[in-house]
Amino acid sequence: MSLIRLENISRRYQMGTETIHALRDVSLTIDRGEYVAIMGPSGSGKSTLMNLLGCLDTATAGKYELNGTNVSDLDDNQLAEIRNREIGFVFQTFNLLPRANALRNVELPLIYAGVDNDERKRLAHEALAQVGLADRVHHKPNEMSGGQRQRVAVARALVTSPSIILADEPTGNLDSKTGDEIMTLFETLSQKGNTIIVVTHEEIVARHARRIIRIFDGGIAGDDRVQPHERSVVAS
Amino acid sequence: MNFLYELKEGLWISWDAIRANKLRSALTTLGIIIGVVTVTLMGTAIDGLNQSFLKSISFLGADTLYVTRTGWFHDSHESWMRANRRRQITLTQVREVQRQMTLARAISPFIATGRPVKYKNRTSGSVTVIGSTDQMQFTDGMTVGQGRFMSAEEANGGRPVCMIGYQVATNLFPNEPALGAKIRVGGAAFEVIGILEKQGSVFGESLDNQVVVPVRQFVTEFWHDPDYEIHVKVVDMAHLEDAKEELRGILRRVRHIPPGAEDDFGIEQQESILRTFNRVAGTIAAIGLFITGLSLFVGGIGIMNIMFVSVAERTKEIGIRKAIGAKRRAILLQFLTEAASICLLGGLIALSIAWPLTLVIGRFMPARMSLPIVGIALAVSILTGALSGFFPAWRAARMNPVDALRNE
Repeated sequence: MSLIRLENISRRYQMGTETIHALRDVSLTIDRGEYVAIMGPSGSGKSTLMNLLGCLDTATAGKYELNGTNVSDLDDNQLAEIRNREIGFVFQTFNLLPRANALRNVELPLIYAGVDNDERKRLAHEALAQVGLADRVHHKPNEMSGGQRQRVAVARALVTSPSIILADEPTGNLDSKTGDEIMTLFETLSQKGNTIIVVTHEEIVARHARRIIRIFDGGIAGDDRVQPHERSVVAS
Repeated sequence: MNFLYELKEGLWISWDAIRANKLRSALTTLGIIIGVVTVTLMGTAIDGLNQSFLKSISFLGADTLYVTRTGWFHDSHESWMRANRRRQITLTQVREVQRQMTLARAISPFIATGRPVKYKNRTSGSVTVIGSTDQMQFTDGMTVGQGRFMSAEEANGGRPVCMIGYQVATNLFPNEPALGAKIRVGGAAFEVIGILEKQGSVFGESLDNQVVVPVRQFVTEFWHDPDYEIHVKVVDMAHLEDAKEELRGILRRVRHIPPGAEDDFGIEQQESILRTFNRVAGTIAAIGLFITGLSLFVGGIGIMNIMFVSVAERTKEIGIRKAIGAKRRAILLQFLTEAASICLLGGLIALSIAWPLTLVIGRFMPARMSLPIVGIALAVSILTGALSGFFPAWRAARMNPVDALRNE
């Protein structure tokens, strides 16, 4: 059974008197363990698609099944619970809490999941170790480099062992070298069996994935497997 | 469990936010501090007023009925004037009551006037001279410190003996024993046979500045045809109302009031004074607390304002928290906790200010900051915070995560 199944998903926004069709009739399935890139120019609807996949937003029409749950008609609180359990977000601007140290930032999803203190600390340390930041747990975001911050964000996404890691332009605010580091990290996570979806407008970032879904004008314009010889090779 | 973790997280965030915005928090708290200080002081003052009043009227026994010609309370000038035209209560009528009443433990006549009291070359200016009988020690709960109260024989025989109040004793007999001494009350000589125990004062008038003499002596020496009061101690509290009815019936008979006509006397008790006082005190308290409550209200508005700012500033943070799984409740709780924390902090500071002020008030009336007042003050601060924080917190909780995340 596929992990993600979109059936005829549409998303319309009302802007004054004008109706904007951000997504039209999108159908899509993604299996467990896939490493997918969603590509498209700005205004193509890829952000809308990401918000829908991440359960931050709901579709105007169509059906979205995530890990066996129909999330199309869940309310705010149920969506929050799904996000907490099933999805780990990595944002372009890291979106860490500035006044909290790395450990607290990583712990946060577990607080909302109701995990007790000791277990929370253990899992957070584990996740930070996994992204190579075992020695930075008590640093605050402003005491870390961009790459380190993004790795904290990845640790935060990992800590709940979600079904999907959903990354929105994860290298957008990083120089190419640190960007590569983050993509290597995703590669490792993918090899460990995590499902990863990266939203990007950069071909070179997209080519790290094994499948590229191209969005244009609110619809799917292409869905290709990336051949091994076409893949971006990360210098390691 | 979740709720507790979220609450703990909320407290952590609040503390962090307060520390991060020290000046802003201090200014916001100021409104609450002023509000809580005024409310606390007002509460303390009202409490003190009540207590001092209760202490004052404790000289009136709860199980004692007081018959007067005019009654104690009148709601209009006319009714007061009418009551003033009533016939006096005579000693014969008192005797009749004493003879007929069954539900009384003790009955005494009571008349009072003011006279100077002298001993050798020492004088007490205006002393309350009371004429009564031996029964007064029961009806008025008088206790004798030294010596004894007058006996029935002394009372009925009109012997020139007297019991003096504590203050009279200390004024006239600073160095020598009072018992057995002859003092001059007005123009007559009386032998001191008892010194009453210290009683304190009522409405600024000392209860210890008095001399009690047998009623017959009083009539002979001071006032030939006085208007008597009757003090009746009933057999027990359970029969207070029955006793009152019996007393009323007897008085109507002995004062020959035709059926259907209204009473030409008043039967009063401690409770009637309490009732009147409570009505007045209740109004004062309501108005006072309302006015001081206004300042707390203004403080609450300040909190609401700052919480709106805080929510607006942290829109992005709200988005992040929602994205990683914070439910509406968690966000609501976070901001409510923050508002309540600021207010609780204000409440604590306010109490530390109000405490010394209460001690100052305590010099004028029996006011002290009681534990309930402290509890109420803190509860009111937290409630103010929660109420004024609710609307901003609700707005935060309902934010759409996509829009909130987009906010920079």
